[in-house]
Amino acid sequence: MFALKQLRHRYGGGAEISFPDWVLDAGGHALLVGPSGSGKTTLLSIVGGMLQPTSGQAIVAGQDLRQLSAGALDRFRGQTIGLVPQKLHLIASLTVAENLQLAQYLAHLPKNPQRIHEVLTRLGVAELAQRRPHQLSGGQSQRVAIARAVVNKPKLLLADEPTANLDDDAATAVIDLLEREAGEVGASLLIASHDGRVKSRIGHSFALQRQQAEETA
Amino acid sequence: MNIVKLAYKQLATRPLHTILNVLLLALGIATITLLMLFNAQLQDKLLNSSKGIDLVVGAKGSPLQLILSSVYHADIPNGNIPLKEADQIAKHRLVAKAIPMALGDNLMGFRIVGTTHDYVGLYGGEIAEGQLWKVSMEAVLGANVAKKSGLKVGQNFAGSHGLAGNGGHEHDDNQYHVVGILKPTGTVLDDVVLTEMQSVWDLHESETTTNPVFAQPSKPATAAKPANDDDDEEEGKPRDITALLISYKTPLAVLALPRHINANTNMLAASPAMEAARLLSIVGFGLDAFRAFAAILIISAGLSVFVALYTALKERRFDLAVMRMLGSSRFRLFTAVLLEGLLLAVASAALGLAIGHGVVELAGRTGMTPGLALTGRYWVPQEALLALLAVGVGAFAALIPAIQAYRTEIATVLSER
Repeated sequence: MFALKQLRHRYGGGAEISFPDWVLDAGGHALLVGPSGSGKTTLLSIVGGMLQPTSGQAIVAGQDLRQLSAGALDRFRGQTIGLVPQKLHLIASLTVAENLQLAQYLAHLPKNPQRIHEVLTRLGVAELAQRRPHQLSGGQSQRVAIARAVVNKPKLLLADEPTANLDDDAATAVIDLLEREAGEVGASLLIASHDGRVKSRIGHSFALQRQQAEETA
Repeated sequence: MNIVKLAYKQLATRPLHTILNVLLLALGIATITLLMLFNAQLQDKLLNSSKGIDLVVGAKGSPLQLILSSVYHADIPNGNIPLKEADQIAKHRLVAKAIPMALGDNLMGFRIVGTTHDYVGLYGGEIAEGQLWKVSMEAVLGANVAKKSGLKVGQNFAGSHGLAGNGGHEHDDNQYHVVGILKPTGTVLDDVVLTEMQSVWDLHESETTTNPVFAQPSKPATAAKPANDDDDEEEGKPRDITALLISYKTPLAVLALPRHINANTNMLAASPAMEAARLLSIVGFGLDAFRAFAAILIISAGLSVFVALYTALKERRFDLAVMRMLGSSRFRLFTAVLLEGLLLAVASAALGLAIGHGVVELAGRTGMTPGLALTGRYWVPQEALLALLAVGVGAFAALIPAIQAYRTEIATVLSER
């Protein structure tokens, strides 16, 4: 699903992070582990087409992201990537259903209310469709965020620390949901986490090390 | 879901800010609308009412007062002029038409004008009911007078002295008889009662008056000799009229006639166009102050919209990043934020114009501007410019926030803790 080659990124003025040459097969589920600051979120951003790496190559769903124009990358992101951010960032002024409609609209996909209803039903939040995000519990919000990530049937589903601040049962449930929904739409799944509980659930994992001051060239 | 709906939803989540901003901008727009409507209608009225009148001849005094009193019926006359002298002017070779008028009393504040049928023709007046007057003490009512007084053809009324409305001396024993009512014309004709000049003379024949309008040098009963050319003139009594409305035969008269009258006679000649322009420039001074006030309102509204969008954007940077994450291009975010400003502006423009027209209509209905029948169902082309200005203010206020939105970096914003 994705292949990284000599990928490096440096935030303005900060230390350079270099990533191993990893490959994830289509439909594969993998975990991205490593201590905070090791670059998990950065890698998710690069693979998700949200951040241009300083150097190296990221091929996602057969597409070299560097080859895409800005507009094409936006479209690619909308249609190919589903992201569940750590902070869920549902849009507060829109209802649950409208949040999903927005995802379809911004990805230039046709309106599809059936799909929205279907996804919300699968995630057990269909009856909350007309609620606004501030009327949802944390668990409900997370389900809606997952629904938003999969509503466009992405090829790659990304989740950033989905189990942070969750108790054991809830953490298990969320990983179940992510695996189930990724399987349902045939997406590869990459979960960034430093949570030991997740490790036991997903066999394949990429481990990032804490980055040291980089050797020169 | 589309971008307009999204912009609307974003505004609707902040109802207090949104309403405040719309109101601020709308008030500015409304103030300017009000000014434009008032100004346009005042000019219309001034021009319509002096159409066809090139020169007014009356007693010496203030030219503005002469025009106000004899053309607009909004002031008391300077005094009277002898009919004989007026007749000489009327027969002057540069004069195409001269309409005499004798002013005296009022009906509920509407002036009673003694004149000839030419006066009706001057304003294109038509009879709606009944007929024009034929003899003394027959009266024809302007459209507004008929409406306000409720008088019908066939009924009688007594005039009160001067132009004061109630409280004046009433000529109870001499009653006017309504013989006709005119159709509305949108000119001063709607606000006057017309009668034969003889009526005015008859009424004031034997009276000694305390009203300054008529406190002119007492007419010596025996002084003047009968004039051959005036049938109305009773033996030994020189007739007075208040003013003579003149239209020129040739444009050349503009130069010659007023000079001739002002220099060689004991009368005053004044041009309605010049005096109306003078009046407008005096009023315009006040209007300028209002305009400056409106400009301040609009500028502060623009600032307020800017601050509201800018602070809202700070809270919404995650929304914008998420939208980018979901596939939105930078340009779409830019448009989305700009649209919010535009929506605000369009709502404000609509509300402002509505308020402006509403207030003008209300002012007209409650009679806040006597003599100037204001209506809110009156449009001036500049209103389109005003709406455009509002949209410009909205767009300008939203520009910087929209650029901020354009620059949203997804990864940096989303990874913020």
